[in-house]
Amino acid sequence: MAGLTSRDAILTEYNQQLLNAPKGRSLAQDAVRRLVANKAAVFSIFLLVTILLVVFIAPYFLPWGYSQVDWANIRKPPNFEAGHFMGTDQNGRDMLARTMQGTQMSLVVAGVATLVSVVIGVSYGAIAGYFGGRIDAVMMRFVDIMYALPYILFVIILVVIFGRNPILLFVGIGCLEWLTMARIVRGQTLSLKEREFVEAARASGASPWSIIFRHIVPNLTGPVVIYATLTIPEIIITESFLSYLGLGVQEPQTSLGTLISQGSEVAVALPWMLLGPAVILVAMLIAFTYLGDGLRDALDPKDR
Amino acid sequence: MLSYAFRRVLGAIPIALIAITACFFILRAAPGGPFDGERALPPQIMDNLRAYYNLDKSLFEQYFIYVGGVLRGDFGPSMSYQDFSVSELLAIGLPFSLMLGLVAFVVATSVGILAGMISAVNQNKWPDFSVIFVVMIGLIVPNFLMANLLQLLLGVYWNWLPVRGYVPGSIPHLIMPILILSLPQAARVARLMRGSMIEVLGTNYVRTARAKGLGARLVLARHAIKPALLPVVSYLGPALSGLLTGSLVVEQVFALPGIGKYFISAALARDYGIVLGTTVLYMGVILLLNLIVDILYAYLDPKVRYR
Repeated sequence: MAGLTSRDAILTEYNQQLLNAPKGRSLAQDAVRRLVANKAAVFSIFLLVTILLVVFIAPYFLPWGYSQVDWANIRKPPNFEAGHFMGTDQNGRDMLARTMQGTQMSLVVAGVATLVSVVIGVSYGAIAGYFGGRIDAVMMRFVDIMYALPYILFVIILVVIFGRNPILLFVGIGCLEWLTMARIVRGQTLSLKEREFVEAARASGASPWSIIFRHIVPNLTGPVVIYATLTIPEIIITESFLSYLGLGVQEPQTSLGTLISQGSEVAVALPWMLLGPAVILVAMLIAFTYLGDGLRDALDPKDR
Repeated sequence: MLSYAFRRVLGAIPIALIAITACFFILRAAPGGPFDGERALPPQIMDNLRAYYNLDKSLFEQYFIYVGGVLRGDFGPSMSYQDFSVSELLAIGLPFSLMLGLVAFVVATSVGILAGMISAVNQNKWPDFSVIFVVMIGLIVPNFLMANLLQLLLGVYWNWLPVRGYVPGSIPHLIMPILILSLPQAARVARLMRGSMIEVLGTNYVRTARAKGLGARLVLARHAIKPALLPVVSYLGPALSGLLTGSLVVEQVFALPGIGKYFISAALARDYGIVLGTTVLYMGVILLLNLIVDILYAYLDPKVRYR
C-alpha cells in the first residue's frame, strides 16, 4: 500500500510483539482462577444457578399451580400420571409446585434482606471508619448496643409491626442484620484510608463523601461479597424459622419454612411433604456456605 | 482489676437504659392495640380499660411510668392474661427458659472446647475429620429442622426419647431440646477452638516447651490451652445470647413450659407488658453475662489494658 512507511512497519511489528507477549493477570482474574480451582465452590455455583432457574421458570410448565386443588388426589404420594411428581398435601395441592413457590419466596426475601443489610452496613461502617475519632467511637458503641439486644425477640416484634407483608418484613430484618457487616467494613476502611490513593484523592480536593463512596467502598468489594454470601443463608434460616412459628408468609403462598413446619406435623404418614422442602433447604444452605468459603479463599489476600 | 470491673458495670447501665427506650418506642410504633381483637366494646368501657392500663396518657408519660416500674422490679399488668401481672408470668416461665439456656451453654462450651482440642491435636486424621463433619452439620442445618428429624428418628421410629412435652423433674424430656439447642453453638465453639489451638501449637513457645522434654499432655495443659481459649472466651457472649433467645424457639418446637409460648402469643396480641418485660429481662441477663465475659477475658489475656 502507498501509505505504508517504515514507521508503520515498526509499529506493526511492535504490535505483533505485544500480541505475542505473555499476558499479565489482574487481581480479579487471579481470584476467578482460584475460585474455579475450588471444586466445592464451583459445584455450589452450579447447584444454586440450577435451583434458581428451575424455581423461577419451571412453575410455568407444571401441570398444577401452587394453590390449585386437585380434588381427585388428596394426600397422595408421588403420582406421575396425575402430574404430581412430589405428591400432594392434605388439601390436594401439588407439592412440587408448592416447593418451588416456597423456594422462590425464601430466595426473594433473603435477597431483599441481604441487599438492605449490605447497603446499611457498608455505608455505616465506611463512614465510621473514615471519620474515626469521636464519630467512630459513638457509632461503634451504638453497634455494640444493638449487639446486646436479643435478636430473635426483635425479629418477632418486627413481625408485629410489618404484619403480613413479607417484603417489608425482610426489609426490617435487613435493618437488624447489618451489624457484623458494619464492623468488617469499618475495620477495612481504617486501613484503606491510610493508603496513598486516598491521600491523592484528598490532595486533589475530593470531599469526604466522594472519597468514601468513590474510592474506599469499591475497594471493599471482596469482604462485602464474602460476607453477603454468608448472610443469605442466615436470612433464609431466619425466614424459615419465622414461618415455622407461624409468623411468616401467609396461605396460600408458602415458603420453605412453612412447608417444613406443615410437613413435620404429618411426617410419619405423609413423609413426602417434609422430605422435598427439607432437602432443598439444606442443599441451598450447604451451597451458600461452601460458595462463601470458596469466595473467601479466592478473594482474601491473607491466605495466599 | 476491681476498678476496671467497676467501670464496665457503670458502662452497662446507659446501654440498658437506651435499649429499654428503643424497645418501648419501637413496640408502640407498631400499628394496632391490645384490645383490637375483642368484640366492639361500648366506648365508656373502652375508656375505662385504657385508663386502667394508662393507655390514655401521652406516650412519654407512659414511658416514664414504665421505666419507673422496671427500676422497682415491677413490669406492670399483662393485657392478655388479665389475672396475672407480667412479673408473675415471667416468674412462671422464665426460670425454665433460663435453665434450658444455661444448661445448653455449659454443654455447648464444654463439648465444643473438647472437640476443638481433639480435632486440633489430631489435625488431618480421622478424629479431626469427624469433628469437622459434625461441625458442618451443626452450622448448616437449621435447628428446627434438626429438631424435626431427631423427633422422628429418636422419638417416633426408635422410641428412645419422648417426642415432645415436659413432665416436671423428668430428664429424658430435656435431652433432645438441650442437644438441639447446644449443637449449633457447640459447632461454632469447636471451630474457633480448633483454629486457635492449631495456631498456638505452631508457636515458638510451644516448640520450646516440647524441646525441653515436656510430654504432650503437659504442653497442652500448661502452655497451650490458656492462650487458645481467648477467641472462644470472646465468643461466649454472643453464644450465650444465641442460646438464651434460641431456647424460645426450641421450647416452641418441643412444647416446653418456658417463656417462649407467652412471648410469641403476646407479641401477636400487642400485650405490651409481656413483650417488653421479656425483652428487657433478657437484655439484662445478656448484658450481665457479657460483663462477666469481659472481666474473664481481662483475667485471661495479660495484654488487655484496664482502661
